[in-house]
Amino acid sequence: MGLGELSTVLVWGAATAYAVAFVAFAVDLARLADARAGGRAAGGASAVGGDEGAVEGADVAAADRESVTVAAGPRPGRAAPGAGFAPPATAGGDATARGEGRRRAAGIAMAVTVLGLALHLAGVVLRGVAAGRVPWANMYEFTLVGSLVAVATFVALTRWRDVRFLGAIVLGLAVLALGLALAVFYLPADPVRPILQSYWLVIHVSIATIASGLFTVSFAASALQLLKDSRDAGSPRVGGPRWRMLDALPPTADLEALAFRITAVGFVLWTFTIMAGAIWAEHSWGRYWGWDPKETWSFVVWLVYAAYLHARTTAGWSGRRAAWFVVVGYATVLFNFTGVNLFFQGKHTYAEL
Amino acid sequence: MPTDLVDAMSPATAPPGLPRLGAAGWLRWVWRQLTSMRVALMLLTLLAVVAVPGSLLPQRPQDPAAVARWIAENPGAGAWLDRLGFFDVFASPWFSAVYLLLFASLVGCIVPRIAAHARALRAAPPRAPRRFERFAVRDEVVTTASADDVLAAARAALAGPVRRLPRFRVVEGVEDSGTRTLSAERGYLRETGNLLFHLALVALLVAVAVGQLFHYRGQAIVVEGRGFANSVTDYDTFVAGTAFDPGSLVPFTLTLDEMVAEFAPDGRPVEFRAAVTVREPGAHPAPRPAVVRLNDPLEIGGAKVYLQGNGYAPEVTVRDAAGEVAFAGAVPFLPEDDVYTSRGVIKVPDVSTGDQLGLVGYLLPTAVVGEMGAASVHPDPAAPLLVLTLWRGDLGLDTGVPQNVYELDTARMTQVLEADGTPTTILVQPGETVELPDGLGTLTWDGLPRFAALDLRHDPALGGVLAGAIAALVGLGLSLFTPRRRIWVRATEVSGTGVREAGVGGTGVREGGPGQRTVVGLAGLARGDDLGLPAELARVADAVRALGEAAAVVAGDVGSAGDGTAPQRSAGARDDEGRGDGPG
Ligand code: HEM
Repeated sequence: MGLGELSTVLVWGAATAYAVAFVAFAVDLARLADARAGGRAAGGASAVGGDEGAVEGADVAAADRESVTVAAGPRPGRAAPGAGFAPPATAGGDATARGEGRRRAAGIAMAVTVLGLALHLAGVVLRGVAAGRVPWANMYEFTLVGSLVAVATFVALTRWRDVRFLGAIVLGLAVLALGLALAVFYLPADPVRPILQSYWLVIHVSIATIASGLFTVSFAASALQLLKDSRDAGSPRVGGPRWRMLDALPPTADLEALAFRITAVGFVLWTFTIMAGAIWAEHSWGRYWGWDPKETWSFVVWLVYAAYLHARTTAGWSGRRAAWFVVVGYATVLFNFTGVNLFFQGKHTYAEL
Repeated sequence: MPTDLVDAMSPATAPPGLPRLGAAGWLRWVWRQLTSMRVALMLLTLLAVVAVPGSLLPQRPQDPAAVARWIAENPGAGAWLDRLGFFDVFASPWFSAVYLLLFASLVGCIVPRIAAHARALRAAPPRAPRRFERFAVRDEVVTTASADDVLAAARAALAGPVRRLPRFRVVEGVEDSGTRTLSAERGYLRETGNLLFHLALVALLVAVAVGQLFHYRGQAIVVEGRGFANSVTDYDTFVAGTAFDPGSLVPFTLTLDEMVAEFAPDGRPVEFRAAVTVREPGAHPAPRPAVVRLNDPLEIGGAKVYLQGNGYAPEVTVRDAAGEVAFAGAVPFLPEDDVYTSRGVIKVPDVSTGDQLGLVGYLLPTAVVGEMGAASVHPDPAAPLLVLTLWRGDLGLDTGVPQNVYELDTARMTQVLEADGTPTTILVQPGETVELPDGLGTLTWDGLPRFAALDLRHDPALGGVLAGAIAALVGLGLSLFTPRRRIWVRATEVSGTGVREAGVGGTGVREGGPGQRTVVGLAGLARGDDLGLPAELARVADAVRALGEAAAVVAGDVGSAGDGTAPQRSAGARDDEGRGDGPG
């Protein structure tokens, strides 16, 4: 078996591990919701371990309501950041210690995720070795690296805050991406065409892929924010017991803060991606911008996220409405990544299938 | 400053009022709307939307042939879309309108903010509010130290170790009640970065526009061994901005010595490079060798030369029926696929007698002839073959209409056919001379040089565009990642009476009289979501605690001082009567 095939086997392994982790994360969410429902029946949310989000959320909301009357108070509807998900080390003292037992599924899920990440990383590195270049030069490889970054970002975030609730979405997307990559986009490892032989390939494409990974995680946070917000508002569509797990999430204001933070980093990287791409285009095609379909869609992605950043600071547009920009933004990222390569003839068509 | 900008740090602005009657009032209203955040947001979204058709439909500047095909296939819709500018979206009036409005809005938005920021840079941080319990991030310490020491410690913690570069700008104050206050602010760079970012976008747009006015670009196909001079007439195609002066072209010449194209055995391209000799006027009169590669343009005379393509240019000699040389030269054939199946036209106008001739057909670098006809299997010239058909008549070169050298205008020509009505095919191998049908003459294939397709481009604004982009990136980073924070400290000395002593951790240092306590309130406020604010406040609170904490409580007056490690965020802290009660 050559290195290239070994890489493929490792990627299959990663996809399998992610699928297992996805299920475990979903189970964890369901259990959290069950526990919460049980706890409430037993005498109030504040008694439920591992669920301090609800407690702190209420507290923050109270503080915010007051602050409206102060001229220089925090902006309305904005909670103190990070209130709902404590750093993992100090996750709420004994309240969480009691809750830990019930989150065994999350523990398993994290362990399997990390295992999958290791396989995934090894797969990507081997792919690069087999091809004798950086492993991001066609769609199979972009998908590989993009999902790697998404999962790695998620794992890194869990070191910092308890955001394991994002696991189900992020790993679900990772499984889909790897499945698609292996089933549809797969290409054997080959050296790259002369037009791609440039260090700008390393810079431009790696940053683009990292940004896409970050946008994946912020999409997960915003999607949960929207769902939870709907449930809090009593929407019948997510009102039933099937969506109970939403109650176990941190308050929407915290989900929004998290999404914003990740999107902001992603946006700066995306801005850099476009600039690096323009410099590369100037070097190799003799023009820095030519409204090629890929360029056009990268611009659209950039505009949507810029609009998101504005929405968050515009009266009446933060919260739910702003979150929709993240969802739409992520849709444009995905389209830029798949649709543009598949449907359009452009100079980027060497991003071959 | 837009009126609907949510800004945690500036006092709430009044909503835009109803327009006053009269033209001036309306204008002011329109301007207010245009420079509001809401409209900026909509214009950004709208710009994203109107850019999309530019990727869905073929665009004339990129691919005019595809546009023509699209219109031909969709006659009704095509004509309308064409009229509405959908085939050149990025130059269409509606696309331009959106981005020009956006930039007008941007300027209208940014200029007042520059003025406001300039004032803020000089202003002192705002006075400490009277009541802190409304702040989500706050803390309280009761210490045995005096208010003087508390303020000094807090100030030192806020200013940081570097005197020249204080982290916070700090001012002190005293209230009527005698309470000492400290107001501190950091993160002015955040707004500076934001303004820099938006201004850089304007600069970028201006630089791009300047480039459009003054740029030129031309394409030339140069065959090995031949040269090219930098003048408008020597280009195959040449476009320039309206402000471009043809006299400004530096008259250098360039000779293509060798066009190297290497392919792997499976036909994948491995390397392309064009070895050239450059002769520049003036400073470097001596010819100098140079190489143009993909991704690596050559700079000459203020222009950049890019290698955009390559192919074969078979060298042929055509003799007419009378045996006279009617044409001799290298004719570039343009590759149409990865194995360099190349199409070309040989026009033979200068026949001594009879009809003009035109030969159209393909060059197959590695030809394999099978039952279905001939095809190329590899881009290397291992077994080259020319497959041509012949036309006779009038090439139409004298009609005055400029002709495409790669197309044969067959309007006044007829194809030479076999008896069964199929076109006669002529197969030629290098070195061979073949008879043309109908006794029209002969064709000799003398050699097979390669050609290089070179793009020359000059854009005087490139540096400006790059500078604008870098400034935007730097501004964006500063704007998004600089925390903007305010911290206030209020220190109230309370006399010993009524203070129950319960020294915690043995820190019973006494200053002032016996039972002397200073109640210190701290509060923090940040712009946007700021995870670091609690830690920043904790740092200051810890500096105060280090002076000597006394967990003393004035019964019913001072709330719990917290657990001593983390800022207290619960709503439990109640108001201290000694602090006054008016609005902040
Ligand atoms: C070319 C169009 C524009 C683009 C691409 C753009 C992009 C951005 C970006 C990416 C940010 C985020 C940086 C940050 O949050 O600190 C931002 C912030 C901001 N933009 Fe724009 N902008 C544009 C036009 C405008 C216009 C027309 C206005 C005025 C109405 C405006 C006002 C603001 C303000 C006030 C902020 C700061 C928000 C805050 O307080 O965080 N921008 N802009």
